[in-house]
Amino acid sequence: MSIPGTRVAEWVAEARGLGFKRFDPTLPVWIAAALFVIFLMLLPLGAIFTTSAYTEKGLSLGNYVEVFTDPAYLKAIWNSLIISFWVGVIAVAVGSLLGWLVTRTDLPFKRAVRALVMASFVTPPFLGAFAWMLLAGPNAGLLNNWYRSAFGSETALVNIFTIEGLIFVMALYSFPYVFSMIANVCELISSDLEDAANILGANKWKIALTITLPLTAPALIGGFIVAFLHSLSLFGAPAILGLPAGIHTITTQIWAFFQYPPRLDLAAAFSVPLLIATVGLIALQKKLLGRRGYSTVGGKGGQKRLLKLGYLRWPAFLLVAAILSLSVFLPYGILLKAALSKAWAMPLTADNFTLGNFSFTFFEYSDTRNAIVNTFKLGILTATAGTLLATLLAYITNRQLLRGARYLSFFVLAPLVIPGIVLAVGLFIAYTRPPIVLYGTIWIMFVAFLTKEMPIGFSQTESTFKTIHPELEDATRIIGANRLRALKDVTVPLARSGLIAAWSFIFIGVIRELSASILLFTPSSKVVSVVIFDLKEEGQIGAIAVLGILLLAVSFLIILSVQWLAGREFFAGSRG
Amino acid sequence: MKHLVAIVLVALAALSTSSSHAQDAAMVEAARKEGKVVWYTSLAIPSSTALAHYFMSKYKGIEVIVNRNGSQRVLQIVMSEAGASIKNVDVIHTSDAGHFVLLKGKGLLAQYSPKAAEVFPAGFKDPAGYFYGMRATLSAIAYNPRVINEKDAPKTWKDVLDPKWRGKEVTAHPGYSGIIMTHVLALVKQYGWEYFQELAKNKLHIVQSANDPAQVVASGERPLGVNGAEYFYYKTMKQGNPIKIVYPKEGVPLVVSPTAIAKDAPHPNAARLFTEFILSKENQQILADKEGLYTGHPEVTYPKDKPMLKDLKLWPVDAEELEKRNAELKKRFTEFFGA
Repeated sequence: MSIPGTRVAEWVAEARGLGFKRFDPTLPVWIAAALFVIFLMLLPLGAIFTTSAYTEKGLSLGNYVEVFTDPAYLKAIWNSLIISFWVGVIAVAVGSLLGWLVTRTDLPFKRAVRALVMASFVTPPFLGAFAWMLLAGPNAGLLNNWYRSAFGSETALVNIFTIEGLIFVMALYSFPYVFSMIANVCELISSDLEDAANILGANKWKIALTITLPLTAPALIGGFIVAFLHSLSLFGAPAILGLPAGIHTITTQIWAFFQYPPRLDLAAAFSVPLLIATVGLIALQKKLLGRRGYSTVGGKGGQKRLLKLGYLRWPAFLLVAAILSLSVFLPYGILLKAALSKAWAMPLTADNFTLGNFSFTFFEYSDTRNAIVNTFKLGILTATAGTLLATLLAYITNRQLLRGARYLSFFVLAPLVIPGIVLAVGLFIAYTRPPIVLYGTIWIMFVAFLTKEMPIGFSQTESTFKTIHPELEDATRIIGANRLRALKDVTVPLARSGLIAAWSFIFIGVIRELSASILLFTPSSKVVSVVIFDLKEEGQIGAIAVLGILLLAVSFLIILSVQWLAGREFFAGSRG
Repeated sequence: MKHLVAIVLVALAALSTSSSHAQDAAMVEAARKEGKVVWYTSLAIPSSTALAHYFMSKYKGIEVIVNRNGSQRVLQIVMSEAGASIKNVDVIHTSDAGHFVLLKGKGLLAQYSPKAAEVFPAGFKDPAGYFYGMRATLSAIAYNPRVINEKDAPKTWKDVLDPKWRGKEVTAHPGYSGIIMTHVLALVKQYGWEYFQELAKNKLHIVQSANDPAQVVASGERPLGVNGAEYFYYKTMKQGNPIKIVYPKEGVPLVVSPTAIAKDAPHPNAARLFTEFILSKENQQILADKEGLYTGHPEVTYPKDKPMLKDLKLWPVDAEELEKRNAELKKRFTEFFGA
């Protein structure tokens, strides 16, 4: 169980006496995929580095000095770090608790819980932030009004336009990442080890702590890093909740640099340290996890038994329900109310009821149709191309097909830390002038989304591959199939639900993407998220609610049909 | 003899109208061939959408593609499209008159003399014929009468500086809105930057569009708007929302929002037809009646519950100065308010 798969492959190859075992006819495919992703990353990064290092006087550090001596800019960096740290902590706590409860215990209504976590995942953070603005604005927010009328208080219960408010909302929409990572791992751990511990006399809580937790450690650390980096790169939520209170974060500051007259040089300089930080974080992750193998599932079926929660069963369920009402029920409720009201802050009486927001959004407002078409076109294109590419890349790094494959994962994961908006600057610089002019079409966004969603698609396929022991592939190859064939006929079918998950992760990532689109759109290539942001800036609450509901409804529809096509539940592993 | 003169006059009149009709028809025909007009505008979404629909119902077969954004964003998009040689926009309209000085200087505007604009007063016309004031509005104070009593409500610009309003006020942003850019320049010229420095101490809620404060005030999230597009406050009020508008006696910033045709307009005929339409008396009257706007057209009448511009002390700003100080105004405002 603990023999590294690559070693096995080598033995097998040696056993067959292949002196030229390094030669592989499928090599060009792997090299092409690797080069393509490096190109995807290097072009915008190169653009950012060169732009940041030039001032009017030529090569200079002037931009860096300007950006890193101004207290306002430093404050923005500090805000981002603080927010992301706490988002990471909360997301890991909530996400792993839920992931574990759903997969390893007898929590009631598990399928509903999964579906609702899925719903939080699908909810674009900017939409969540918008909904929470209506729920917890200090004076007109619905929750604060309830609180005031219930307790006769003069002051507000919560003010969402604060750093804490921002952390809260961003954590609500980051924890599903951790949840899915943990749930996937917990699904795949068979109970063999737990049984062993049980035989040796450990009780069920001790097993959870000493067996299950350490086995999920890589996923926990990975989850923190993903949640941290995810929140670092969010733009919509801080723009909606931070800016009104004068709170800038890295992303909103970079966005501000682009306003006319654009200071691309400062924006570029501002983002370079972020890139360095990512390298550091990813290196740290590697160091912490070492090269320990976690292949606890092979081609054999493991069994898992559920932990009985006992008297904690219903309290645990109530806690889960409360968390999910914060991320799903309350926000969706207020969106629905705002969509059906003339004045969102007034009670939804017959007088205040209207369908006018719907007719305006769909039949009068001229941006709607075009944006919907663009959004779904981009979603399907990117998800399909992205899954394909991610599969190839994850396979390369996982099976160490190329020399330096470990470094390849840096290129693939780097977009995670590049706020979409920075990536967008790079692409903006790279693709607004010959030889390749993509600006003004949806293709510049396609490139942006493909790059940006690669880490999600990649980590999904990677972690799926990690749990599929190479022994089955090796068996196929011994019979004579080449790598591609083995991948196609053995690994991919085994990883099917993981790949479908990757497709829908990317799709959902694309249709809710805002931070790169906000810079790359031109009026003819607008997407729904940009339209929503535009509407937000003008305070068109009703129309935003309508478009938000549309975005959610279509996402759910697509997910349900993909799920139906796949014939099983794919989010966070199988139904088990 | 008298008869002859009369006949000649009638004939001349007939001739001139028929020739102008023929000209109009030719313009409509040419516009119809192009099929659409792309409009980058900072006019509020409901208003610009309504205007596009008036046009489309009058000139069937010509679609108006409305791209609404804040004035500063409209400029940003126009400039980056120009930088990438993308020819998409036909008609450009923002509330920052300085933009048109800039765009004209960069050679991005087409010269055009709309017939409709002949009657417009001097403040609504570029002497060189590149841009025309499509509408005018004010930047005003507004409050929510359900939260603030009329007698407590601010009457002057300085009243909003009172610390009792801390945490109760909302401002829009000059980095987004041309109306607010104009507002900031007008107030800085009157009271200096100390005014905004003092105002920032009240911990304002900062929104982007000059139209957004209307919703923020009406919902009660912040019951006092220290600036904002008067036409949108008015429109929101007329929809039955709790809003009262204050026009300070000492003066009100007047915002004239120009319209121009892009030099490389892909639909130049439709652009001209659309320009004629938006400046026509018919449309200018609609803007006054339905959207709560002021206009440059001398024959337009206004709703009874709106003050006449001549009864207010107006603070107009100079477009050249607006253009020159754009970056400074944004930067200092951001310094005081944090974002």
